[in-house]
Formats: sequence, C-alpha cells, structure tokens
Amino acid sequence: MFKQNLQQLFLALVLGVAATAHAGDTTPAAQLQRFEAAASRPASADNGRIFFTSTHGSKWTCASCHGESPTKVSKHASTGKAIDPLAPAANPDAFTDDARVDKWFRRNCKDVLSRECTAAEKSDVIAFLLALKP
Amino acid sequence: MRGRSSTHRTHRRFGAFSLVLLTALGIGASTAVAGGSKDFQPLVLSEKYRSECASCHLAYPPALLPLATWRRLLGSLDKHYGVDASLEPAEVLEISKWLEPLAGTYKKVREEPQDDRITKAAWFVREHRKIEAEVWLRESIKSAANCAACHTTAEQGNYNDDFVRIPK
Repeated sequence: MFKQNLQQLFLALVLGVAATAHAGDTTPAAQLQRFEAAASRPASADNGRIFFTSTHGSKWTCASCHGESPTKVSKHASTGKAIDPLAPAANPDAFTDDARVDKWFRRNCKDVLSRECTAAEKSDVIAFLLALKP
Repeated sequence: MRGRSSTHRTHRRFGAFSLVLLTALGIGASTAVAGGSKDFQPLVLSEKYRSECASCHLAYPPALLPLATWRRLLGSLDKHYGVDASLEPAEVLEISKWLEPLAGTYKKVREEPQDDRITKAAWFVREHRKIEAEVWLRESIKSAANCAACHTTAEQGNYNDDFVRIPK
C-alpha cells in the first residue's frame, strides 16, 4: 500500500512538472507588435478596455468569462470553471504561445462577436491587458 | 444498498483515472495520493485533453459518456453547447485516440444521454434528485456541469458523497 502511494506520488510529481511547462515561444509585447503591424496603426488600451467589457451582438462580453478585472482568477460564464487571469502582470503564461493566442482569439471572438476579431481589435485588447497592474 | 456499492465501484474507477488528471492540473501531489485508490492503473495523460477541454470545464472522466456520444462531441466542437471549441483536425485526432478507449462501457453509462449531456443521463438525474432547482442556480455553482462546486474532490475523480459540500 505504502509502495503504491509512493508510485502515485512519483507519477504525480513527474506529471506536475510536465504540466507547468509551456511553449513560451513569444512574449505579450511581441504579440502586441504583431497585431499592431497587421493593423497598420498603434493600439489603444482605452479602446481595448471598452471592447473587452462591451457586448458585440451576442450575450457574452470578453469579461463574461475573463472578468471585469482580468488580473484576477475569473469564472467561465456557463460552466463556472476557474479561468486564469489574462493580464500578463498577473499570469506569466498569458500571451506566451503564438498558436495558442491565435486559437483562443479565433474561438472566443466567434462566441462574443459571431466573427473573428480584426488585428486592430486584438492589438487594442492586448494593449489594455498589458497596461493592467496586479 | 446494491446501488450504493455500484456507485462506489464507479467512484474508484474515476479516482484512478483522474489522479492523473489532478496532477496534470497542478494540484498538490499529497492530495492526489489521498484521492487515489488501490485500483489505480497508470493511464497515459492526454496533455491535449487537459489543455483544450479542461480550460473551460472540469476534465470530465471519459468513462462518464459512451463512445458514440464522445464521437459526436469531438465531431462538432465548433458548436459545443453554444460555444466554439474548434480545434485543428490533428488535435481532435490526438484527443480521440486517447479518449475513445476510455469511454464508458459499463451498464450505467452505456446508454447515450439526451443532448449528449452527462447531466441529462438517467443515472445523473437519479443521483441528484434531491437537489432543489434553486441550488443549481446559485452563483457559487452556476451550472450542473460545474461538478467541482459541490464535489470537492472532483478534480481528483472522487465523486464520493463523503466529500460533497454544497456551497451557499
């Protein structure tokens, strides 16, 4: 029994370490630059805040799941599952994986706007999130 | 009495499976050991299942739904209970490969639930029949899909009544 518990503990530790690693192929600042370049205009944190907290034709806003203050852990609007903060200052993993950024923008924008977000909208949101302090 | 013991067997199966999930979710190893069982069988954890599915909801034990239901869900992720949960085909395949052999085959779960919802399955409804409608709607619970709101050890796959705490 004791031996089995030890085996479980070992497995838990190994998997725990593996799970905390992340791709880390980019930075939030690089993501901001990427979308600013695509939009051919500088981002606006103010626009980003308004965009983030407003509805865009659907029931949900970005804040419905990510919270009005995305520096804190929030709750998914339908399932209640805890969601890590989006603001890089509060979550070192935020916007550090290029493909992940694209995927979540694609999916979540469809839920909030019923379309994909423009590069300008994405850059504004990242500018807003980057300006937040924990 | 018979029903209870079968429930406990099921709990043990989930316990074994989700010990792995729990650790993947980064929860303390000591808790994981407490939530384990002597029936523990090593399972290969799908990192994809954790990162894609468990971002928005609890990593539901694959054994809670039959294969046909899982296949339908994985084939319609762009319309996933009102949300776009779409993935690249290769990612869906990776999750399917891991999940399908673990789908529920035992009597309780064999029947496909209405709307492909665990919460509509006959066993789920029966086991939660004493929960008033108001309770599900509490801000601290929000949804019947939020197992962990009341099943404090759900992340470890332990759904035993002993660990149920219904929040106010």
